[in-house]
Amino acid sequence: MSQSLIDLVNISKSFDGDLVLDDLNLSVKENEFVTLLGPSGCGKTTTLRIIGGFEKADTGKVIFEGNDISALPPNKRQLNTVFQKYALFPHMNIAENIAFGLRIKNKPKSYIQDKIRYALKLVNLDGYENRTVDSLSGGQQQRIAIARAIVNEPRVLLLDEPLGALDLKLRQDMQYELIRMKKELGITFIYVTHDQEEALTMSDTIVVMNQGYIQQMGSPEQIYNEPENAFVADFIGDSNILGGTMIRDELVEILGAKFACVDKGFGNNTPVDVVIRPEDVELVDPDRGTLTGICTHLIFKGVHYEMEVTTPDGYEWLVHSTQMCPVGRQVGIHVDPFNIQIMNKPASEDEEAVGVNE
Amino acid sequence: MNRKLLAGPYIVWVIGFTVIPLLMIVYYGLTDASGAFTLANIMEIAREEHAKALWLALLLSLASTVICLLLAFPLAMVLRKRGVGRGSFVIFLFIMPMWMNFLLRTLAWQTLLEKNGAINAFLSFLHLPGISIINTPGAIILGMVYNFLPFMVLPLYNVLCKIDDNTINAARDLGANFFQTLVWVWIPLSLPGIISGITMVFVPALTTFVISNLLGGGKILLIGNVIEQEFTKSGNWNLGSGLSLVLMIFILISMMLVEKYDKNGEGTAF
Repeated sequence: MSQSLIDLVNISKSFDGDLVLDDLNLSVKENEFVTLLGPSGCGKTTTLRIIGGFEKADTGKVIFEGNDISALPPNKRQLNTVFQKYALFPHMNIAENIAFGLRIKNKPKSYIQDKIRYALKLVNLDGYENRTVDSLSGGQQQRIAIARAIVNEPRVLLLDEPLGALDLKLRQDMQYELIRMKKELGITFIYVTHDQEEALTMSDTIVVMNQGYIQQMGSPEQIYNEPENAFVADFIGDSNILGGTMIRDELVEILGAKFACVDKGFGNNTPVDVVIRPEDVELVDPDRGTLTGICTHLIFKGVHYEMEVTTPDGYEWLVHSTQMCPVGRQVGIHVDPFNIQIMNKPASEDEEAVGVNE
Repeated sequence: MNRKLLAGPYIVWVIGFTVIPLLMIVYYGLTDASGAFTLANIMEIAREEHAKALWLALLLSLASTVICLLLAFPLAMVLRKRGVGRGSFVIFLFIMPMWMNFLLRTLAWQTLLEKNGAINAFLSFLHLPGISIINTPGAIILGMVYNFLPFMVLPLYNVLCKIDDNTINAARDLGANFFQTLVWVWIPLSLPGIISGITMVFVPALTTFVISNLLGGGKILLIGNVIEQEFTKSGNWNLGSGLSLVLMIFILISMMLVEKYDKNGEGTAF
């Protein structure tokens, strides 16, 4: 593991007695695109604000390149933030907004001019120098907010749901833009979002958070394909989450039927949670299926059909397939062993938030 | 059509009690005792005693305005930071004195500041030297600041509350220290409130005669006192009106400033 750029060590924070972050540990490597992903109130924005210096942790330390910066005010930190609602200075034009940080640092005029031009080019808004903030659309304002941050050549760019206020099409465009900018700038991005698709598209590492805990940390593939618990599985994409029993290694019983799987080491006859992605459920002839059920719901989604198959015990399996099965027909359900993801059951409802030891 | 009719009572009121009196002031101001047109009443401002009173009034009201601004800005910042809402106790404390009669409040200062008044009694009790600012310009400034401070605080507080926390955070994030944030962000963004507050303090301070009467001991004449005396004591309505017209020029300038900087009415207090 290469040297980390930012380390959060044992960070805890509560607001009015509500624990928002509970003993959080996180390290971010140089030049990484890290996304903090979770539902609202999971502590992701607070984490970002603690890194940025706008919030002080109750306990714990923020380490930047080996130095403790916990006590430094935001203006003394080598990082810049892109705020959710852009937070441009309404009384300045675009060039003045971008120049703000450089003027504070007393950079020479010609240097500032060059930087403004470079930054506007980077965010595809050349020639917007003299426009007012009001005259720009939301997407354009967000680009300016990014330009304003990056001209300061921060080591780390913190982005707090920067695309949250944009419409879907614009959001997708901006995702690619951000990936491109990240490559061009070669700096570390720490990105906060509640949108799992955004996280999967852009990140090198996704940190899934809930209730102040890190639920899972890993590459987008790991998070999607091997969720460590039911929360992660449920939050990232659609999935069938079922209670099951691990009979022995590589064999799990779900809804009374035995499925072959590839997981080992859960012990014998252990209750577990099982995740099966809807696109991994194969509909076959009733006599060839591990389970049989009746198709109770059918919607055409464009790329695939979305179906619900109800098994005799009443569970509704969510199925995505390019093969259509008409409502009312009896079908068999088959799942390939490597598509079955086994997870430990949380010890209690509260403990659904599992601390991760990375 | 119907809606326009609803404005009727107000229009009658304004015409009866604002427009007509104003026209009468203009008429008296531009005529002499016999009713003939003259500019003499207006030119009277150049006479030494009148010019001096105007100059002193400008000076004192300017000083009070500056003091009010210096006191109100940090206070409004604190109120905003503590997140006190409109209905909060602190705001209530500020508005409460405004419910009390203006004359009573000023009279209270007179008794407080008197040579044998409450403040001096307290100071001598502590064996400290007494103060004697009653009947000085200082006392008048004190009275102006005390009476008009809320009119500065409220528009400032209002405009500061509209500034997004993240706008300030952004400035900090981009490297600005507290002072730089104040000069580059806080002050420019609160300009509508500042201008509105300045007008709301400066205009009543410039025209007051009650404060200078009560706290100046009748020895210090401001332009307001001169005008008042022309109307009440000398009975020279023409001269009083003429001087009022001159004063109105300063008020109009203030209004124009507000118009220029506060187009959206952001700084309006109430």
